[in-house]
Amino acid sequence: MTDHQPEIDEQSGVETTGHVWDGIRELNNPLPRWWLYVFYASILWAIGYMIFMPAIPALPGTGMSNSLGVRGHSDRALVAADMTALDAQRATGSAQLVNATLEQIESDLNLQQFALAMGESAFGDNCATCHGAGGRGAKGYPMLADDIWLWDGTVEGIQTTLQHGIRHYDDENTRRSAMPAFGRDGLLADTEIDDLVQYVTHLSGREANANAVTRAAPIFAQQCSTCHGPGGKGNRSIGAPNLTDQEWLFGGEPRDIQSTIYNARNAHMPAWQGRLDDATIKALSVYVHSLGGGEK
Amino acid sequence: MTKITLISSVKPGGEGPTPPPSLYEKRNQIYPKLAHGKFRLVKWIVMAATLGVYYTIPWIRWPRGEGIPDQAVLADFDGEKFYFFFLEIWPQEIYFLGGLIILAALGLFLVTSLFGRVWCGYACPQTVWTDLYIWVERAFEGDRAARMRLDAAPMTANKALRKGGKHLVWLLIAFLTGGAFILYWHDAPTIARTFFTGEAPLTAYFFAAILTFTTYALAGTMREQVCTYLCPWPRIQGALTDQHALNVTYRLDRGEPRGPLRKDQGFEGRGDCIDCKQCVQVCPMGIDIRDGEQLACIHCALCIDACDDIMRKVGRPTGLIAYDTMAAVTQRLEHKAPQYRLIRTRTVLYASLMAVVGSLIVFGYAAKSTYEFSVLKDRSPPFIRLSDGRVRNGYTLKLVNKSTTAQEVDVSVEGLDGAAFEIVGIGAASGDGTLTLESEAHGVDRYRLLVTVPADRDAGAENLRVELRDTDTGETISASAPFTMGTR
Repeated sequence: MTDHQPEIDEQSGVETTGHVWDGIRELNNPLPRWWLYVFYASILWAIGYMIFMPAIPALPGTGMSNSLGVRGHSDRALVAADMTALDAQRATGSAQLVNATLEQIESDLNLQQFALAMGESAFGDNCATCHGAGGRGAKGYPMLADDIWLWDGTVEGIQTTLQHGIRHYDDENTRRSAMPAFGRDGLLADTEIDDLVQYVTHLSGREANANAVTRAAPIFAQQCSTCHGPGGKGNRSIGAPNLTDQEWLFGGEPRDIQSTIYNARNAHMPAWQGRLDDATIKALSVYVHSLGGGEK
Repeated sequence: MTKITLISSVKPGGEGPTPPPSLYEKRNQIYPKLAHGKFRLVKWIVMAATLGVYYTIPWIRWPRGEGIPDQAVLADFDGEKFYFFFLEIWPQEIYFLGGLIILAALGLFLVTSLFGRVWCGYACPQTVWTDLYIWVERAFEGDRAARMRLDAAPMTANKALRKGGKHLVWLLIAFLTGGAFILYWHDAPTIARTFFTGEAPLTAYFFAAILTFTTYALAGTMREQVCTYLCPWPRIQGALTDQHALNVTYRLDRGEPRGPLRKDQGFEGRGDCIDCKQCVQVCPMGIDIRDGEQLACIHCALCIDACDDIMRKVGRPTGLIAYDTMAAVTQRLEHKAPQYRLIRTRTVLYASLMAVVGSLIVFGYAAKSTYEFSVLKDRSPPFIRLSDGRVRNGYTLKLVNKSTTAQEVDVSVEGLDGAAFEIVGIGAASGDGTLTLESEAHGVDRYRLLVTVPADRDAGAENLRVELRDTDTGETISASAPFTMGTR
């Protein structure tokens, strides 16, 4: 200990750390001054930061999650303030929008652009997860830009769907209908279902087994036509889809149709009333209506 | 094992290492003396004019129409426009500003190759504000000799008062400079009021503070250091000037050999320069013009005034230091008549480049459209198949109306056989039909366009063109977009 002498490197005249790797010794050069000062300055900064900003975790049992800091800064409060400011900014437009009819909205360019801009952003936040960007749709989630509607394609109809949802468990006024699970519940035999698959394929104008179609005709009339109509054209008041077109929400291949008849589908959409305010729902209705398939 | 040392640190006598010489030159305080004469007068006038322009321009009003800023010169960041009297530049036309900057650079090149660094000597803000600051300094502390005495004297109440007063006025000027700067970016009367009530945007305070600081530091304390060490122009200027450029020149053909004038001595057999050093004393850069062309010389011509004064006193013709060319000095040394050439390859080149850029800007501005218009196809869904088999594509139509009046425009869709189109909220049309849109004055409108074609088409992409026609002026503008269609 006492006889330790710092080793001086001959070449540079600098003290070494005493560390040697493969004969290479490490020089003990001091840190650059500016670097050191920046380091000290950041320590001072950190102390100031701890005082002014929320930085120190609170002890358990104090009911607080962390110190508040002298500035009382809170990202949560800032977001809340931003939201309030946004609501205030939208107040006039929103009030106008809630009570306006489609005609009034379309005749007022400013109001229409307000509704579309608000609807577009709300759609991206809330609807696009299932219905896709631009209402593109996906298997089980209807395309919203075409002219095919299960329930209602008017602005008011879309608004009702948004407010109350479809088969929403917690809304009395939700759009409700139920297709029986013909196979799973044993209402029809498997062979009858196979025949029905051929019948439905035939309905949509595609090639099908003629014998099966003949066999299935009375079954369809008895079991399906009540909701889907004798010609399979569907019934919007109960959300029964048209079976004669080329659009299939759950797929149009025989396999898909078989599965639909066997298990039934009965998809859900949540009710948005209470989760979104009236103006946002109205803006969403106008936006979805504008995507291309809106009905007057 | 050999010891490696810096060569410069070994003394010739071999007495061991000494520290290498410093790479930094020590600054010598400069005490410019007040010059009197025509160039000093010109500089006062230019100073008054440039400062006057800087402080008054933001207050000039220029009515443009309802809801549009009426400030003649305004960089309106909130409204995303740049206004310059009758000119109005939208963000997508920012290249006009690029053109103006190129034009200004070429103008600087041309002037420099003709008359040397007149920009540096008269119009550069650094020169103008430094001149103003020296004027303030002189008012508080007196001229050169008095200032030197004051700096050398110990601190007294008198000295503190003079120095303090000077810095106070400097800070006030600096603040007015920084304050006037922000007037160019906001409505001047509004920001002038809100700045003091604390309602101005943070950026306004920020930039006012920065400009206050830089004015105070650059014009008050750094002065000639800015020109010699910070500014790139002296370096660039070396490539722009030549022996035919008119520079502030010591006519050594006349001045040498120099020497102090003795009472009984005439000017026979000697130069006109009496080595009185007046040219050095008035120089704000602290240099000696008699050393020839040099980087630090800003060509402010104050040494001409100082020298002319002396020449008149000793009864010699003025103009020992004058605007002259290196070529002329050389020619006189060789006893030839000096020749001045203003028209040279580079001056002609700069002038013609300026003409080209200038006309491009003028023609470009004159020919620019009232409308800016784009058709953006929906990415999702790429196409929509309707229940009857027809195929539809959706587009966002963005219409910018740069005029100050609301206009009606007719929209038609072309290039797609059998297409029908619809603008949501406006109506539907097909074939050669048109729909009429209203475009908001000085604004941007967005519309939703739906184009539908019959079912009997092959999958793939085609192009359609959307054409816009101003119903009043007949001005037409079009944009194209793809129409896509997939298999079932």
